[in-house]
Amino acid sequence: MPDPIVPNGSPAALQIRNLDFYYGDFKGLKNVNIDIAHKKVTAFIGPSGCGKSTLLRTFNRMYDLYPGQRAEGEILFHGKNLLDKKQDVNMVRAKIGMVFQKPTPFPMTIYENIAFGVRLYENMSKAAMDDRVEWALNKAALWGEVKDKLNQSGLSLSGGQQQRLCIARAVAVKPEVVLLDEPTSALDPISTAKVEELINELKSEYTIAIVTHNMQQAARISDFTAFMYLGELIEFNETGTIFMRPGKKQTEDYITGRFG
Amino acid sequence: MNLYSRRLWTNRIGIALSMFAMALGLVALMWILWTLFSKGFAALSLDLFTQDTPAPGSEGGGLRNAIVGSGLILFFSMLISTPIGILAGIYLAEYGRISKFAAFTRFMTDIMLSAPSIVIGLFVYALFVATTGGFSGWAGSLALALIAIPVVVRTTENMLKLVPPSLREAAFAIGAPRWQVSLKVTLRAVKSGVVTGVLLAMARITGETAPLLFTALNNQFFSTDMGSPMGNLPVVIYQFALSPYDNWVNLAWGGALLIALVVLAVNIGVRIAFRNKDKP
Repeated sequence: MPDPIVPNGSPAALQIRNLDFYYGDFKGLKNVNIDIAHKKVTAFIGPSGCGKSTLLRTFNRMYDLYPGQRAEGEILFHGKNLLDKKQDVNMVRAKIGMVFQKPTPFPMTIYENIAFGVRLYENMSKAAMDDRVEWALNKAALWGEVKDKLNQSGLSLSGGQQQRLCIARAVAVKPEVVLLDEPTSALDPISTAKVEELINELKSEYTIAIVTHNMQQAARISDFTAFMYLGELIEFNETGTIFMRPGKKQTEDYITGRFG
Repeated sequence: MNLYSRRLWTNRIGIALSMFAMALGLVALMWILWTLFSKGFAALSLDLFTQDTPAPGSEGGGLRNAIVGSGLILFFSMLISTPIGILAGIYLAEYGRISKFAAFTRFMTDIMLSAPSIVIGLFVYALFVATTGGFSGWAGSLALALIAIPVVVRTTENMLKLVPPSLREAAFAIGAPRWQVSLKVTLRAVKSGVVTGVLLAMARITGETAPLLFTALNNQFFSTDMGSPMGNLPVVIYQFALSPYDNWVNLAWGGALLIALVVLAVNIGVRIAFRNKDKP
């Protein structure tokens, strides 16, 4: 086991070691080492293009979809390297869910949006599936709003509801880690508040990693914050420390708005 | 002349020229339609649907055998081309985005799209008719399917390419294997576009004559046996329109009108069925 790199000695769900990432010849991540704490919220902040989304997308090997993108190094999850060629990517993605910047409901009913992912890895009766759908929608604080229209298209919901549907969909397959890639940047303030509330509740059961452009959001909802710049991890610490007493000049300049 | 009025006049001249070009095209189209409708509707009668094509020199007659034959040939050609075309389109858009084999397939599809239909007819004649020993409805369906497949492939691929990458990523992100992502998420997202493509491919082959000349040939009698030569509208029109008999020429107009109406109905039907349903 590598040495833990989590402040405060929290147990780690994901351990990233010596991670380099390439878009073709361009090096998008440079020797990143970080631990994502178990059942905590870890936020990634930094200016556009600093590599925070890139880093998040290595955790579930999303980059695999695009030829020319490759990662080198180690991402340890239950002691196994996720970047290993032999690793079953679909199993990784079932355990490490992801929610994207823009809401992306599937072109099917609200019910099917949830059931689709569950059915991929579990065989269950109709009644059990009904329960699971209700459970997941409850987790995403959406059940009350959609319980009477489960057979309507997921696309008929508002933007904020669609995003919560996507969170419900990710949670429904019972992952261990949920990755959120700027989940509120396309939402209005009220929907944003709802999603943030949701993240707060979800962290009692899931490990959460969130990329955000909104520093107040990082300060509000995360336990740990990582500041990235030009593909490097500059500073990583408890959120309070990062925002109140940042250890590095670059971090301080960024969070005080002097560059970015 | 100052800059503003120069732009104004350039604009007016541009619009006038494009309106003129449009009018020219419309006049040709209207002329064709008017001739077809006036002569075609005159030939329409109940006999057209209840009687078979008449022998040379005999009175009256209808197109029943040709209508049923065309229907059967079209049905089976769509049955062949729809699954092949959609699956090949999925392959091109979802699996083989950058592979050499996909690029080759795409290139061949484009050639097929622009291949003269008579060449396709000759191909099926040489490969199927000459080897199985006779003209048949099956050969006709095969030839028409070969024309429809590239149309379906291309529309399916183009539609799937319009699916936002974020939707595809989201489906992969819950651990769905590629075939499930393709069939259950992305294909479903563009369902109406793909169905439209299939129907337009059908409209495209409805009036094809050349490929049927060498394959289904024609049959003066009513037949539902796909294994033997089969009457069909395009070939009947082709033969009857050039004949010296008045009733034959009339039937040709009637048949031409029927085909035009079917194609029109398919186009309008597609538009109505998928109106407002394509919101992403």
